[in-house]
Amino acid sequence: MSTTQIPLSNTPLTKDDFLSDQMVKWCPGCGGHAILNSVAQTFARAGFRQENYMMVSGIGCSSRIPYYLNTYGFHGIHGRAAAIASGIKIVRPDLSVWVSSGDGDSMAIGGNHFIHLVRRNLDITVLLFNNQIYGLTKGQYSPTTPMGKITKTSPFGTIEHPFNPGELVLGSQGTFFARVADNSPKQMTEVMYAASQHKGTAIIEILENCVIFADKAHARITSRETRDDNQLWLEHGKPMLFGAEMKKGIRLNGTTLEVVTLGENGVTLQDILVHDQHTDDPALHLLLAEMKAPVAMGVLRSVEAPTYEDLLEEQIATQHTSHPVQSIEDVMNSGDVFDI
Amino acid sequence: MSKRTIIELDRVVVKFAGDSGDGMQLTGTLFSEAAAKAGNDLSTFPDYPAEIRAPQNTVSGVSGFQVHIGRKKVMTSGDHFDVLVAMNPASLKANLKMARKGATIILNTDAFADEKALEKAGYTTHPFEDNSLNSFNVIKAPVQTLVREATADLGLDPKSVDKTRNMFALGILLFIFNKTLDSTNEYIQAKFGKKPLMAEANKRALEAGYIYADNMEALESTFHVDAAPLPKGKYRNVIGNVATAWGLIAAAERSGLPLFLGSYPITPATDILIELSQHRALGVKTFQAEDEIAGICSAIGASYAGALAITTTSGPGLSLKSEAIGLAVITELPLVIVDVQRAGPSTGMPTKSEQSDLYQALFGRNGECPCLVMAASSPADCFYAAFEAARLSLEHMTPVILLTDGYIGNGSQLFRIPRIKDLPEIHPPLAQANDTSYQPFARDPQTLVRKWAVPGTEGLRHRVGGLEKTDGAGAVSTDPLNHQKMVDLRAQKVAKVADNIPEQTLEGHPESDTLIISWGGTYGAVSSAVTQLQQSGTPVAHAHFRYIMPLPRNTSEILGRYKKIIVCELNGGQFVNYLRMTHPGHNYAQFNKVQGQPFLVEELVAHIQSVIQ
Repeated sequence: MSTTQIPLSNTPLTKDDFLSDQMVKWCPGCGGHAILNSVAQTFARAGFRQENYMMVSGIGCSSRIPYYLNTYGFHGIHGRAAAIASGIKIVRPDLSVWVSSGDGDSMAIGGNHFIHLVRRNLDITVLLFNNQIYGLTKGQYSPTTPMGKITKTSPFGTIEHPFNPGELVLGSQGTFFARVADNSPKQMTEVMYAASQHKGTAIIEILENCVIFADKAHARITSRETRDDNQLWLEHGKPMLFGAEMKKGIRLNGTTLEVVTLGENGVTLQDILVHDQHTDDPALHLLLAEMKAPVAMGVLRSVEAPTYEDLLEEQIATQHTSHPVQSIEDVMNSGDVFDI
Repeated sequence: MSKRTIIELDRVVVKFAGDSGDGMQLTGTLFSEAAAKAGNDLSTFPDYPAEIRAPQNTVSGVSGFQVHIGRKKVMTSGDHFDVLVAMNPASLKANLKMARKGATIILNTDAFADEKALEKAGYTTHPFEDNSLNSFNVIKAPVQTLVREATADLGLDPKSVDKTRNMFALGILLFIFNKTLDSTNEYIQAKFGKKPLMAEANKRALEAGYIYADNMEALESTFHVDAAPLPKGKYRNVIGNVATAWGLIAAAERSGLPLFLGSYPITPATDILIELSQHRALGVKTFQAEDEIAGICSAIGASYAGALAITTTSGPGLSLKSEAIGLAVITELPLVIVDVQRAGPSTGMPTKSEQSDLYQALFGRNGECPCLVMAASSPADCFYAAFEAARLSLEHMTPVILLTDGYIGNGSQLFRIPRIKDLPEIHPPLAQANDTSYQPFARDPQTLVRKWAVPGTEGLRHRVGGLEKTDGAGAVSTDPLNHQKMVDLRAQKVAKVADNIPEQTLEGHPESDTLIISWGGTYGAVSSAVTQLQQSGTPVAHAHFRYIMPLPRNTSEILGRYKKIIVCELNGGQFVNYLRMTHPGHNYAQFNKVQGQPFLVEELVAHIQSVIQ
């Protein structure tokens, strides 16, 4: 199948080329600053023509990002960025289309668009800022807030089961899912670059800290003190090892994952799972997405599948060849037509 | 058979009625095609239940298709029918009250032998015995028995054979009106080419009906409707929703832009999506979205990306799109929103027609949020209205809501096929690459239209969005005076579209004291009523509005000429109240009907006469 290529820049670009002159209005200490930095770095590294980047957003703190980037940008309405971006990509497959969204924007009001974008596999990258809270409306619980959490609208604790974005992506036949923390800029850029090279919908869940309304929500996973034991950084073809000394590993026991330690109870490197992000079978990817301790980070899944826009362009080309019509006039003049 | 006389008619109205699932919509369409091919002018009205297979033999399950053919201009699908084909008791029960006196009624007698069917239809006495049909010319045909006989040697199961009953009925009609079987046989061949037995069964049923009619003693004469004296040209029959789709494609061609449709299926608008999805060969991109909101939001994205972007829907879907229409208004992007109105509120009566979305189109959004509103007047006019909606949207960088309705969207009409090069060129205000003076909200001083900078264009990177922006530079702003200015500019921009649309025209007898006003899909009925009034010595003027927001620039002057103004519309009085609001001080009267059915010409005539006297 022929695929539309996104044109590359003739000149090398830097991170600064992609930052706009607008004042960044996120709170000091917000994870957004680091995310913005990684996005600009990734855009420069991916090297597409600057005019062919398109950043689309919905509503929420995450969704201010188009204003901060020196690209074409569209700040939409709550939850609808995925739908707006779909229209853009369908019309213009030659654009590198990005969506910045949050857990409220994409998991609640825009949940429907989110799963359908993933199912259709348009070549769009979604940065899902997951801070487990509604920040811009000042602290209400979101669909990813952990059960029991006290927030402004759950004074006695939430009584809702939170969504795990990775489960939604895999349940929607997603072709790319990655998870990364906002305080790991190098990993963030690496994951974003991988997404930029993926042909299909790429979802990046960014564990983001909201210093005001959900501070340290991800601390167990992301803080310097505890992250080595609570993050599993996945690399394709590498054994799933983690911990400060990389002695802990993940073993498959029946249909569940378990944490084991090298050298204990006869566990050797042979017992440790090797990550295969390219396997079509999503079963292990799902187990990894659901794993709570450690939390799987990096690219969990990256598989090839035809994109919506390529299939559409192919249909157009096929129909154009088999039906030699040039104009709607030809259509109107075919069938039951008569002269008077 | 003895030679019959052929009676020449100016016009005739035929109604096909049966259970939903009896194929009456198809029968009516094929009869219309045969009439169109013979050069008759025509107008059709499919009237069917929302259910796909409604409870059998009930009045609520009756599916009807009315077609009005003439050798003179045909403006409506007709108030009363001259011929009724009733496939079962329920369809007779449901339709008899709309029969013209002396009408020919063709009945499938097999169904009338079924006591349960009679009971379900609500008959307490048998209509063949209770004198209710005395004033009609009744033709009884045991359709089921005869199609089974005609196809006996084909070895088909009874269910398949019964599906050909509609062709038998059509055969009778084609004989009575001296039409050939050719176009129907061609259709059957195309439709059942891969099922030769079904093709043969349908052809035999059609021919059996034709021969049955020829052999009927009761049929003393047949009828002929001569070709209408239409201007020379290429013609075809077209349904409104298809014409809408074609008009949009034509606009894409005349603007040089790709066409994108984001839409979610909803009765009675779905046929536009279906039609546009056929035309991949022309590069048309249709996107069946996950919901109404994604339909319009994808279209807004497509518009930002440089396409002629469309979303199509019906009333409840327009409600869901409201917030996104506001986004298109504030980002000042072109977008055509087609609303094929149906009876509301809420789900209402999905297959029935109304004009009750006008308030929603004009006012149904948060904030000060003006956009263009237009209305198509007939099935064929849907082509031109859709083209015009796209032209205005693209040239003025503003969303346009085009109102059609179930009656004209599903109805069909003879359509003179235009040449695309005869349609106006459309000039979207595209920004030029590397225009160093480019600002997203800098405006043309005359029209107040901003320039459209499409992603990928060098040197024009910019951001738009739902937040208020500064005039010119387009930076996010909550400055009080800037907001006032932007609100005023957006309103003025829409108002200035009046300079780019024709003046309102008058029909009927413009010198009269009384002005009849209509808009949208009621044109045929109101115009026919105005003609009848004139013939009966009550001349009135008639203004049919196509442009609603803004109104044509001479509206005030026209309204000022008349002592009495009667606004006729299929809602509770939405356009008349809009006129009262925008043009106060006139003597407005109103005639409203909210029954999910089109105006009858006779009720319009009667009402207007009563108001004048």
